Amino acid sequence: MRHLIDILDFTTDEIDALLDRADDIIANPEKYQEVCKHKKLATLFFEPSTRTRLSFESAMLSLGGSVLGFSEAKSSSASKGESVSDTIQVVSAYSDIIAMRHPKEGAPLVASFRSGVPIINAGDGGHFHPTQTLTDLLTIRREKGRLDNLTVGFCGDLKFGRTVHSLISALSRYTGIKIVLISPDELKLPTYMKTDVLDKNNMSYRETTDLVEAMKELDILYMTRVQQERFFNEADYIRLKDSYILTAKKMESAKEDMCILHPLPRVNEISVEIDDDPRACYFKQVACGKFVRMALIMKLLEVEA
Amino acid sequence: MNIDSIKNGYVIDHIKPGMALEIYRILDLGRLDCHLAIIKNAVSGKMGKKDIIKIDEMIELDLNVLGYIDPGITVNVVKNGEIVDKRHLELPEKITNVIKCKNPRCITSCEQELDHVFKLTDRENRVYRCIYCESKAK
Repeated sequence: MRHLIDILDFTTDEIDALLDRADDIIANPEKYQEVCKHKKLATLFFEPSTRTRLSFESAMLSLGGSVLGFSEAKSSSASKGESVSDTIQVVSAYSDIIAMRHPKEGAPLVASFRSGVPIINAGDGGHFHPTQTLTDLLTIRREKGRLDNLTVGFCGDLKFGRTVHSLISALSRYTGIKIVLISPDELKLPTYMKTDVLDKNNMSYRETTDLVEAMKELDILYMTRVQQERFFNEADYIRLKDSYILTAKKMESAKEDMCILHPLPRVNEISVEIDDDPRACYFKQVACGKFVRMALIMKLLEVEA
Repeated sequence: MNIDSIKNGYVIDHIKPGMALEIYRILDLGRLDCHLAIIKNAVSGKMGKKDIIKIDEMIELDLNVLGYIDPGITVNVVKNGEIVDKRHLELPEKITNVIKCKNPRCITSCEQELDHVFKLTDRENRVYRCIYCESKAK
């Protein structure tokens, strides 16, 4: 039995196969509409995340399966002090697969030790969010036709952004990837990510504080939100926040086939005027998220079309 | 100073000076009833000074813990008054309940019954990380 806790649990061959399956689901959805008939997905969301939960539930329903679960800890036995291990042993008696989000880092790993059914980590605090990374990889591959030989810019909060860390880790296994890290000094990529991932894998990277300067070389621009609470004082936030808002003006120097990604929700870091630009891929990315989750559920349940 | 030789047990040798009491605490040797000697600042040709612990009982000795504390430690196994085995330690791949994860966001911070498990992720720099949250052991 396999689980997905960290994106690196899967080899690149397995990821490629998952993305192939997701492509096929997009091309032939009717072929897959009953492959999980009579199977049940439990969505255990110990902290709310409507978007991710709906994506999982929509994925299972599109495979012909059913869903059950809870959307916040207070409507579960966790509020009575039940441990993750106990909750999981109970729920695995009611379901065939579990997608779990938890505010504490490592909770899905604990769940995987005691579960009788596959566990999917749907986000554990600021730690991992592997299905977001699968979503990002599928979107990049569909838009660019490849996952190697790309220059990928990450912009905004690179210090706390777990989606950024996971995607960089996942891309580190492909060849010819150049990373451009665009952020204020306060929100630079943590040193351990540079030493343990970028340097260790001999990845080419550079850091800059200037989005416009970096724009022209990028194949992919991965935007994240710069949150006010990350700054020590309001003055710094006000001084910097507009530098990391993507506008039509800043897009002038971008390549014609550059692809803009964002894990969403967006607040104001991508101006709405960009939404009509064909290079804006963040809503396509949401759709990819559902299809790649369908492929993942099939893989972990070991069902075929 | 005269300390009796042990008959059946262990001589934990080449302990860095000052570390013997820490090892005594971590291995919970206070629970033992047998003869036990802690020798501090013994003369060592190799180290200048060293600590030694002698335990006159064949207990279950956690070599992983000792290896984590100091891979330079040697463990001599004594049977019938003779050294029958000399074990050189190395950094263990995994240690359980030796150090605690201090990350308040880690699942171990709220689920008390969970083992605190750390994995060796960088042997050269002696880096251990929590298996749950990947925080570096301090």
